[in-house]
Amino acid sequence: MIAGPENAFGAEPPAAPAAPVDGAASSSGDVLVEVRDLVKHFPITRGILFQRKVGAVQAVDGVNLEVRRGETLGIVGETGCGKSTTARLIMRLLDATSGEVRFDGRDITRVKGSDLKEVRREMQMIFQDPYSSLNPRKTIGSIIAEPFVIHGMLQGGDARKKAVQELMETVGLNPEHYNRYPHEFSGGQRQRIGVARALALKPRLLIADEPVSALDVSIQAQVLNLLRDLQRDFGLTVVFIAHDLSVVRHMCDRVAVMYLGKVVEIGPGDPLYNAPRHPYTGALLAAVPVADPTRHGKERRLLTGDVPSPANPPRACRFHTRCPKAQERCSVEEPLLEDKGTGTRAACHFPLTEQEIADIGVRSAA
Amino acid sequence: MSTPEALLRVEDLYVEYPTEDGVVHAVDGITYQVHKGRTLGIVGESGSGKTVSSLTTLGLTRRQGATIRGKILFEGRDLLTLPESELRAIRGNEIAMIFQDPLSALHPLYTVGNQLVGAIRAHNDVPKAKARERAVELLGLVGIPEPKRRVDAYPHEFSGGMRQRAMIAMALSNEPKLLIADEPTTALDVTVQAQILALMERLQRELGMAIVIITHDLGVVAEMADDISVMYAGRIIETAPAQALFSNPEHPYTWGLLGSIPRVDDDREKELVPIPGTPPSLIQPPSGCHFHPRCHYAQPDHARIDPSLEPIPGEPDHFAACLLESEVRRRLWSELSAGSSPEDALSEVGLPEAAT
Repeated sequence: MIAGPENAFGAEPPAAPAAPVDGAASSSGDVLVEVRDLVKHFPITRGILFQRKVGAVQAVDGVNLEVRRGETLGIVGETGCGKSTTARLIMRLLDATSGEVRFDGRDITRVKGSDLKEVRREMQMIFQDPYSSLNPRKTIGSIIAEPFVIHGMLQGGDARKKAVQELMETVGLNPEHYNRYPHEFSGGQRQRIGVARALALKPRLLIADEPVSALDVSIQAQVLNLLRDLQRDFGLTVVFIAHDLSVVRHMCDRVAVMYLGKVVEIGPGDPLYNAPRHPYTGALLAAVPVADPTRHGKERRLLTGDVPSPANPPRACRFHTRCPKAQERCSVEEPLLEDKGTGTRAACHFPLTEQEIADIGVRSAA
Repeated sequence: MSTPEALLRVEDLYVEYPTEDGVVHAVDGITYQVHKGRTLGIVGESGSGKTVSSLTTLGLTRRQGATIRGKILFEGRDLLTLPESELRAIRGNEIAMIFQDPLSALHPLYTVGNQLVGAIRAHNDVPKAKARERAVELLGLVGIPEPKRRVDAYPHEFSGGMRQRAMIAMALSNEPKLLIADEPTTALDVTVQAQILALMERLQRELGMAIVIITHDLGVVAEMADDISVMYAGRIIETAPAQALFSNPEHPYTWGLLGSIPRVDDDREKELVPIPGTPPSLIQPPSGCHFHPRCHYAQPDHARIDPSLEPIPGEPDHFAACLLESEVRRRLWSELSAGSSPEDALSEVGLPEAAT
C-alpha cells in the first residue's frame, strides 16, 4: 500500500485484501503477484452462423513468473510474444484459458462481480498510446477523477478536485489545467495524465504496457524519470512491458524474456544482460543498436527468418527453428525454466557458454 | 567537407506550408551533401523537418502547396527546377526511397511481384516476363525465402520484416545511385531491424549506392552512418562524422539527446537527463536560437541572436549552430560526460544558469 507524502487524496485506504488464509504453501511474504502455468488461447473460427473452432492462437502458453513487492519486473519480447496478453490476464482484462494468477496470495483468476471490482482497485494500468487512452470529450480533471467516481470515493465538497489536483502535481502537471481537454496537451503530458489516473486509487500494482514507445526521445526520458521517481517514492510494484531492451534495462530490477507465449529466461537485470544464457536473449541483446560508433562493424550474429505463427508454434522448444545452437533434442523435449547457475533461470538444453556470451559483447564497452 | 563531386547537394533549402494558423516553417534553411558510397544519418524528433526535407528531394512536396526555395543538386542538376516529367525519370530510378510503414506504402490489391514489375518497367523498356524474372531475383537478393513462390503473394501475406524487404527490393529494382530510407526500421522488432540494417549495408557495399537514413534512433545512426546531421525545428544544428558526434558532441541539443537515451551497456543507476519542455511550434519558432527555451545553458542574448552553423576549431568536418564559445562547450561536455548534472556543469564552468 502506498503511503503518499501527504495523505490527503485518499480519505480511506484501500480495503485490506483477503489474507492468504487458504494456507497453501504458496507465496512467501514478499511476492505480490504469482502467475502459474498461465494459458490463453484465442480460438480461430470458421463459418458465419455455425462457428467451428479450427485452431487456436496460443498467445500465452504456460507462463510462470512472480512479481515481488516493491520491485519493477520487466517483460521483453518481440511482437506477438504474448507480453501484453500476459499483462491483460494479470489485470483480468482477459480471462485465462487455464492456469492461475494469485494477487497477494489470493487466486483472482476467476473472481467476479464486486470481488473483481475490489481487486481491480489494487492494480492499475498505463497504456501505450496517450492519444487513444484518454476520452477526448472529458476534461483532465474528470478523467483523473474517474476512478474515484467508479469506486464511490471522496464524495461531496471539493474533496475529489483537491485529490485530483494533488495527483496532477505529483506527476508534474500544472494543477490549474484541471479544466482543460486532452487535445490541449502534448504526448508526454498526456502520458502523465495516464499516470495520474493510474495512481489515483493508490494501487499496489502498476502495469505499464509500452508506456514510452509512442513518445519522442527527449520526452521519453521525462516520463521514464517520472515513473522511476514514483516507484521509489511510493514503493510501487511495477510490471513494465516494453520491446526496447535499453529502456527495460534502465527501469527494471528483474526481467523476463518471452518468446512465442513462453518465458524463456528470467532473472535480475545484471546477470540477464551481462551473461544471458538463453540463445534468444543473446540474440535480442546482440541485435540492439548501441549509440556508439566505435562498436560499429563488430560481427553480429543475426537471427534468420521470422517469428513462427503462434497458431502453429514449433514443437518442444519453440525457438529451435531459429536457434543457432539447436540440436535434435530441442525439437523433441521441451526445456524447462531452470537455474543455470549464473543468476538467471533459462529454458534451454544448451545454454550459451562463457565464450558465446563474450562474443555478444554487451558489456564490451566499459 | 565541400568536395565538388557530391552526389547530392542540398543548398539552403526552405520548405514552407501555408496553413490557417500561419506559415509552417517545416524546413528552415538546411545544407547537406552525400557522397557516392557513403551514408548520411539525419537525426531528429517528430516535427524537426527531417522527413519533409527528403520528400522534397524527390519532388513529393510539390503538390502539397509547399513553397520551396534553395537548391537540390543531384549530379549537378537542380531537381527543384526540373519539370515533373523529368523528375519522374529520376525518382524510383536514380533516387529511390523506403518509407517507414511498408504496409501503407505497398498497394494491397496487387501482388508484390506485380508492383515490382511495375517499378522495373516504369524505367526500363523490358518485356513483362523479363521484368518478372528480375523481380524474383530481387526478392531473393533481399533475403525473402522461396522468392519464386512469394512473388505472387499479396502484401498482407508478408510479415512486417518481409514487407520492408519487399520495399527495399522495389527501391533497388533500378539500382539507384541514392537510397533515401525514412525510419526504415522503426516499425520492426529488434532482431528484424538488425537483419534489415545488415541488408542495407551489404547492398551498399555491393552496389556502391549512397544512403540517406532518417531516424530518431541514435543507436541506428551510430551503426549505419558515416556522417550525421542533427535537426531541430527545421534546421541542422550540428553535423559531424559519426565518431566525432558521439565522442565530442558540440550542441546542447545533441547532449540532451545523448543524455535522454538509456543504453543496454549503461549502469542502471545512471540517471537520464531529459531535455525540459516540448519541441517548439514551427509556425512561430522561438526568437534567436530556436533551442534557447529548452537549453540549460542559454544566456540572455541567445533569445536575440540567431546562430548559424559554424565550423568547430580543429575539427574539419564538424559544424554546430550554438552561441556558446567553443571552449566553454568543450568544458561543459567534459563535465557532462563525466556524469555531472547540467546545473553542476554550469557552475563548474562558471556560467550563470539559464533564465528560463
